[in-house]
Amino acid sequence: MMNRKYSLSLVLGMTFVSLLLAIMLISLFYTPHAVNVMKIADRLQGPSWNHWLGTDNFGRDVLSRVMVGAQTAFMVGAVSVGIGLTGGLIIGTLAGYAGKWLDELLMRGTDALLAFPGILIALLLVTIYQPSMFQTMLAIGILSIPSFARVIRSGVLQHREAEYVKAARGIGAGHMNIIFIQILPNIASSIVTTAALSFSTAILVEAALSYLGLGVQPPDPSWGRMLNESQSFLGKAPWFTLAPGLVITLTVLGFNLLSDGVRDVRDKRG
Amino acid sequence: MELGTKQDEQVLDIRNLRIELQTSRRTAVNVLEDVSLQIGKGEIVGVVGESGCGKSILSLSVLGLLPPAMRISGGELWYKDELPLHAYDNRRLQRVRGKEISMVFQDPMSSLNHGLTVGFQVTESLRLHLGCSKSEARERAIMLFRKVGLPRPEKLLHEYPYQLSGGMRQRVMIAIAISCNPGLLIADEPTTALDVTIQAQILDLMRSIREDDGTAILLISHDLGMIADMCDRIIVMYAGKVVEHGTASEIFDHPRHPYTIGLLNSIPTPAKKGNRLYSIPGTVPALHERGAGCRFASRCEYAADRCRQEQPPLIQVGKQHTAACFLLEEVNANAVV
Repeated sequence: MMNRKYSLSLVLGMTFVSLLLAIMLISLFYTPHAVNVMKIADRLQGPSWNHWLGTDNFGRDVLSRVMVGAQTAFMVGAVSVGIGLTGGLIIGTLAGYAGKWLDELLMRGTDALLAFPGILIALLLVTIYQPSMFQTMLAIGILSIPSFARVIRSGVLQHREAEYVKAARGIGAGHMNIIFIQILPNIASSIVTTAALSFSTAILVEAALSYLGLGVQPPDPSWGRMLNESQSFLGKAPWFTLAPGLVITLTVLGFNLLSDGVRDVRDKRG
Repeated sequence: MELGTKQDEQVLDIRNLRIELQTSRRTAVNVLEDVSLQIGKGEIVGVVGESGCGKSILSLSVLGLLPPAMRISGGELWYKDELPLHAYDNRRLQRVRGKEISMVFQDPMSSLNHGLTVGFQVTESLRLHLGCSKSEARERAIMLFRKVGLPRPEKLLHEYPYQLSGGMRQRVMIAIAISCNPGLLIADEPTTALDVTIQAQILDLMRSIREDDGTAILLISHDLGMIADMCDRIIVMYAGKVVEHGTASEIFDHPRHPYTIGLLNSIPTPAKKGNRLYSIPGTVPALHERGAGCRFASRCEYAADRCRQEQPPLIQVGKQHTAACFLLEEVNANAVV
């Protein structure tokens, strides 16, 4: 009954994501060069055996900085998805399960949040407080609450009236039992799909914010800020721009494919 | 209408139940009106009627599982003369559901949670109501599986609903329903979704549960043949009211209400082969179209003016037999009782 053929998206997505995860984990213990040590003499060198991806305008190794940048990206992705998922889970289940005026109130609230352009809220938060990694993660996390809330609400709404939920109520199951044991596991796959998608969005938004100079602050490496710093040397040192640009693309692509793949497998299973 | 069985202890006593559907902020219509029904220990009582006559609503109301727009607006529901179910809130009803009264739903394909193992779902109510430990619950689940005739019970515990056939799933549903030895089992069209041979097996299973444990069964169906086969007593409902009530043999051999007669005439039998099958003319009046008179008046060939203005009461037409029709008043006056 179950079709065990995995989708191409899933395989590719998994490959990209695990590759990046591996790079991130390696960077925790080992980088080819010290990340923040500047050597002005070596500035803007092209790729060589010593510096695989060349050096930046301060003579720092681009490969090492890209590797450590993965830590930032994954951190931002994980924490903001965590915030979004927690918020979305609370709002979505309450709205979907309780219904009536509470549903209306909560969903109109998330609609309002959705109406703001994402960068605008992030800018607002970062302007009020100091720009830092924590503010960035918080802003992105809050921004991803609506998409989680919507997905979870619609899933709960759909399953709330299902026959098996009625049957569970018929044997005396309480609300908590119905929400956590009956309904949520049944919509887990759509939650995972959303999470993977939000993860890539989070990484992209972090890159954008850092590019604007409002995200992760120097000297911590961030892909977005590397793009920003590199753009004045685009003609002279294209590798400096290409390296972070490519990893951002690959990461986002990887998570999007993963999200698609999970959805494919779920749809096949019906 | 007081012909409930006095033979044994009463399991369920429904007294003049009325259920209201809120149609807008200020208006409501009655979905069920003045329904009374008693079920004794070990008795199988059938409720028949067309779709929309309120038979499913009746069964859901017993467990307090009415849809949000409906509520009990009159009458009483007593379980074993001890528990006033009509006055219970959700929290107290939760302790009754699955323990004292349990329900088997129509479609076993969708009434099991596809994300949980069969074992988990069977042991759930044991753990909820009896506080069984995991291993105790497992032992009992295996026993229950044997009892409902499921093969390889130990392995089955770890399987998921999609691995089972429809008949097996309905057996699982019944195992769940009887897991806490309830006094009353409500089966809402338990065999409609199954094919004929499996139907017979499931019905046999329900009979044996009644024999072994003295469980009373409230069987809801539109399948007259099955009802005739299974039930001790039968209630015929039409548009939210009880139109006839009697023992199975009385209802089938001597139906008195024009609706029951029409219903029985519309069963296809080999003898009627070649002839056009009888059907009651017209359709059931919609909720808001129910007039002041007899609900069946618009489709009844005997309807007189009086029928359109007044509602006929249930009239005693036999020792164990009542019917709601003015035509029967004369019969009654001529003393059959």
